[in-house]
Amino acid sequence: RDVCTLFHCLQHRKQRSSVRLDDNLLTHGTLQKNLEGYVGFANLPNQVYRKSVKRGFEFTLMVVGESGLGKSTLINSLFLTDLYSPEYPGPSHRIKKTVQVEQSKVLVKEGGVQLLLTIVDTPGFGDAVDNSNCWQPVIDYIDSKFEDYLNAESRVNRRLMPDSRVQCCLYFIAPSGHGLKPLDIEFMKRLHEKVNIIPLIAKADTMTPEECQQFKKQIMKEIQEHKIKIYEFPETDDEEEMKMIRRIKDRLPLAVVGSNTIIEVNGKRVRGRQYPWGVAEVENGEHCDFTILRNMLIRTHMQDLKDVTNNVHYENYRSRKLAAVTYNGVDNNKNKGQLTKSPLAQMEEERRDHVSKMRKMEQEMEQVFEMKVKEKLQKLRDSEVELQRRHEQMKKNLEAQHRELEERRRQHEEEKGGWEAQQRILEQQKLDASRTLEKNKKKKIF
Amino acid sequence: LAKMSGGGSTLLGYIGIDTIIEQMRKKTMKAGFDFNIMVVGNSGLGKSTLVNTLFKSQVSRRSAGWARDEKIPKTIEIKAVSHVLEEGGVKMKLTVVDTPGFGDQINNDNCWEPISKYINEQYEKFLKEEVNITRKKRIPDTRVHCCIYFITPTGHSLRSLDIEFMKRLSHSVNIIPVIAKSDTMTIEERLEFKQRVRKELEMGGIEVYPQKEFDEDMEDKSDNDKIREAMPFAVVGSDKEYQVNGKRVLGRKTAWGIVEVENPNHCEFAQLRDFLIRSHLQDLKEVTHNIHYETYRAKRLNENGGLHPITCNDTQESNL
Repeated sequence: RDVCTLFHCLQHRKQRSSVRLDDNLLTHGTLQKNLEGYVGFANLPNQVYRKSVKRGFEFTLMVVGESGLGKSTLINSLFLTDLYSPEYPGPSHRIKKTVQVEQSKVLVKEGGVQLLLTIVDTPGFGDAVDNSNCWQPVIDYIDSKFEDYLNAESRVNRRLMPDSRVQCCLYFIAPSGHGLKPLDIEFMKRLHEKVNIIPLIAKADTMTPEECQQFKKQIMKEIQEHKIKIYEFPETDDEEEMKMIRRIKDRLPLAVVGSNTIIEVNGKRVRGRQYPWGVAEVENGEHCDFTILRNMLIRTHMQDLKDVTNNVHYENYRSRKLAAVTYNGVDNNKNKGQLTKSPLAQMEEERRDHVSKMRKMEQEMEQVFEMKVKEKLQKLRDSEVELQRRHEQMKKNLEAQHRELEERRRQHEEEKGGWEAQQRILEQQKLDASRTLEKNKKKKIF
Repeated sequence: LAKMSGGGSTLLGYIGIDTIIEQMRKKTMKAGFDFNIMVVGNSGLGKSTLVNTLFKSQVSRRSAGWARDEKIPKTIEIKAVSHVLEEGGVKMKLTVVDTPGFGDQINNDNCWEPISKYINEQYEKFLKEEVNITRKKRIPDTRVHCCIYFITPTGHSLRSLDIEFMKRLSHSVNIIPVIAKSDTMTIEERLEFKQRVRKELEMGGIEVYPQKEFDEDMEDKSDNDKIREAMPFAVVGSDKEYQVNGKRVLGRKTAWGIVEVENPNHCEFAQLRDFLIRSHLQDLKEVTHNIHYETYRAKRLNENGGLHPITCNDTQESNL
């Protein structure tokens, strides 16, 4: 693909002749140059892309709205995943007394590209009887992420800088058909300078197209009246893109329907919601704006959302924070603002942290080592005892055998003695017999 | 509270996250980028010619109005010239920093100091901008991303000046050594010389770009090992074209033949160009930003008890 565009460009370049020469070309003179031949730095975007693909991308998305507006379903529909499923029920299935801020992570892979998606949910928002300040936990969360990033940026050692800042906030408006609720207005007014807000009309299949149109107009009017700054699409030079952007702008706020159930319509398999009077198709542009939202969020403006968060919202936070510290001279930050310490002290602290961590690890390792040593010793002792026992056993056996042997020998001696005695007696008898025989013989002779 | 779920495209359909690459490409193309390259070496080694050949434009200071037979300056000067080049829709602001006078004096002691000072000054400028309370959207990047050091093709070994310079500067900037005017050596002489240079660099503990310690993974390591084996590249530069076998090539015409610059059998210019521009351009910038600049910043933060964020009002004074 590159070779084709390159060739095209070369052709193009040959026809153009736009070398302007400035007269005062001393140090730092800049002029547009024509290239006679291909150098190759047009390859740079590929080099950047290769590195990014290796590392993977990240994106943090926040969803805010009352319970039951279909937030979880929409997330599942957008990213074709079951982030919230029967195993991990979404926050809407759990009853919350106060507003919580929860985050879940999903790793989405497609075509060799990896996206680590963090979804920040706000269960309990707007669900209580008294909803005053229910936006505060949300604001605190966003600020804390900015603070984390600011601290990471100010550290001496900046090798790892994880980015968990909220890059986009989908605000769900209930389809009342009338206009914005006071809660909606309050929330958006407080958050439009901290995060990119994209307002959505939830469960849009409860309205007819005319009602929807009316509702949208009303909402946009109110947004302008209250000077709420929702996310603005950047201007581009490309005519095609501008057309697309204008189409999106006309349909703000986007009316969405979410579903992951697959239904057959006219032989096609589509995602939708089945009613007795028909099927509301999720991906049908005439039924709802889901496709527009998905394309905008993922396929065209994800990078821009990240850039605006980094260049505008984060910088606002940073300047305000740093200005507060500098001008007042006093530590205005309630948390341990690491910026107020001198970097030398900060490095000391980092080093102390590191040392104590190392020490803890060392201790743990020593403990484990000691335990192992004890075990081994015990084993050795046990086997020693065992050996001793066997030794005793064997000695006893030996002694028993000895005794037995002794016994036998004694018996044998006894027997021998007895036998010998018998022999002597026999001998004696024999002798006696022979003497008597002799005597008799002698007698006989006489 | 965070849970990890093993999602993916389990249901039907195409999400479209691989288009994120397109988005990044558009962003890079729209914004354009800066690239700053410094050339260091004795006069007459063909530095300016080489840079012109690399970028196929008259971008060095020689072409920006100075006469070719300019006198050698008495002290080292640092001259930076910028041009905006465009190719394939990508805009690059190329700044070539030349250092005439380097190594040309009788006593060349400390001739690397002005260069070191210039490099640190650029880091300082960037640091000041970064620490500002109201920051510019895009901080202008004048930091030197790459320093090409020209080795005289003596055929013997590196000179003490070469070793001194590279030793001192390899920790604050990416150094790429090249053997200049390599058409003065035969292929065998060239191979021997390269081996000797590599050995001397190793003995001196000099880490030139791409540094072994920054290889990110096995793929990088094997790519970079191949390059490290071939370095330093023996180059020849030229801005004149000649006809060879019906093609017009850049080269130097001698009585015994034409040295073709882009012919890999003649010299390693093409390899240098591919390495520098087509594959490692982004990496040079990243190593400069993530490593050399961070080293400088850490050093700075440790001196004088540190850096205080300054407002846009008092950018003139330095409270560092």
